[in-house]
Amino acid sequence: MKLKLHVWRQKNKSAKGAMVTYDADNISPNMSFLEMLDVVNEGLSNTGEAPIAFDHDCREGICGSCSLMVNGVAHGPQDATTTCQLHMRSFQDGEELYIEPWRAKGFPVLRDLIVDRSAFDRIIQAGGFISVNTGAAQDANAIPVRKLDADEAFNASACIGCGACVAACKNASAMLFVSAKVGQLSLLPQGQPERQERVLNMMSQMQEEGFGNCTNQYECEAVCPKQISSDYIARLNREFISATLAHPNTRK
Amino acid sequence: MSWVNRALKSPIGAKVMMAVTGIMLTGFLIGHLAGNLLIFAGPEAINSYAEGLRKFPALLWLARGGLLGAFIAHLAFAAQVTLANRAARPEPYAFNNTVQATWASRHMVLTGCVMLAFIVFHLAHFTWRVTDPQISAMGEFDVYQMALRGFRQPPVAMAYLLAMAAIGLHLSHGIASLFQTLGLNHPRYNRGVRFIGPVVGVGIALLFASIPLSIYLGYVN
Repeated sequence: MKLKLHVWRQKNKSAKGAMVTYDADNISPNMSFLEMLDVVNEGLSNTGEAPIAFDHDCREGICGSCSLMVNGVAHGPQDATTTCQLHMRSFQDGEELYIEPWRAKGFPVLRDLIVDRSAFDRIIQAGGFISVNTGAAQDANAIPVRKLDADEAFNASACIGCGACVAACKNASAMLFVSAKVGQLSLLPQGQPERQERVLNMMSQMQEEGFGNCTNQYECEAVCPKQISSDYIARLNREFISATLAHPNTRK
Repeated sequence: MSWVNRALKSPIGAKVMMAVTGIMLTGFLIGHLAGNLLIFAGPEAINSYAEGLRKFPALLWLARGGLLGAFIAHLAFAAQVTLANRAARPEPYAFNNTVQATWASRHMVLTGCVMLAFIVFHLAHFTWRVTDPQISAMGEFDVYQMALRGFRQPPVAMAYLLAMAAIGLHLSHGIASLFQTLGLNHPRYNRGVRFIGPVVGVGIALLFASIPLSIYLGYVN
């Protein structure tokens, strides 16, 4: 396969970036998208040009490191798939591809296609955890959990924190991410003691990081590689409203 | 009351206010529509309805005050949310794409502005009666004749139809959206809820549009 790539190149956080065009030759349809970039990078290295920087780690769709906007769609055209699991057979020979980093105020570009996603870490630190006393772990089945709740909590916990929801959202909102984390913990008994302050603190942290507001367009769930449903956003809204009304002063 | 202030400045709080004021404004639209449809029952029916509305000035002004308050709040929170959303993505994508967001959901500001312009024109047209000397000369409660005079002019009828299209689009996203924002969501009812917005929104717009359309086409004389 032969492709024409338009890639965002930016030296560092403060440098001004631009789209640069590259030809990608000798691409096998069986390569993953990241392997295709590896091939392009090898070519760039051979000519002495700096390779295209992009985030990647496990390359098996579970770590949430890879993060590319391909033709305006987060993680590319294939549903429920991270960029690393996307294969070149999803594209046509001779196709032109626009490869861009996640765009959000909360995700500043560090270099080329790499963005700083530590805003998500700070949102988790604001409340996306449970506090437990140390000691021996108790028996896994000691606390009864309704099957439906366990399933829903599990579906929410599938979130890998890649940030595709923010990238796809027209408002660069992180509501799907926050809703998955809040939903997961509020559905389980272990999440109850900190339930109210969790949602209030995580939401105010999200706002502080400069993410936008949800306008119910559901672009996020369409690109989520783990298919987190926007129903969790409704649940988050419900949690936030009840925490605000019932426990207005429960905040750090 | 710092918690109220904090809640209203938060992304969800502002949207809850938009949902609640949106419900009030939609409620008004439904009442307004019910009154308007009396035009099909003849001049007697709609004119006595218009006169009846003004029988209790205290109630009328209370309703007008509430409506104006909801309207201003809806606009103010919309501005707050929109500005925050624009600021959240300073650098746009070179390749813009949309997977499943509807046209209506992406153009709420546009349809909202069309509605705002229309409301000002509509008040000037039928309430203040300053746009047309012939209407100004009519008695205050001759709504029937005012409507006939107004909608027999093609540009006026067109403007009203255009505004109704904006209302239909705005409401079709807004109504479906308010359930999500208020967290009124359950797997059992979700499909129905996503259906309600377009059905109610487009339904209201079509019924409203039926009035200028049937007058213009001569079905109402």
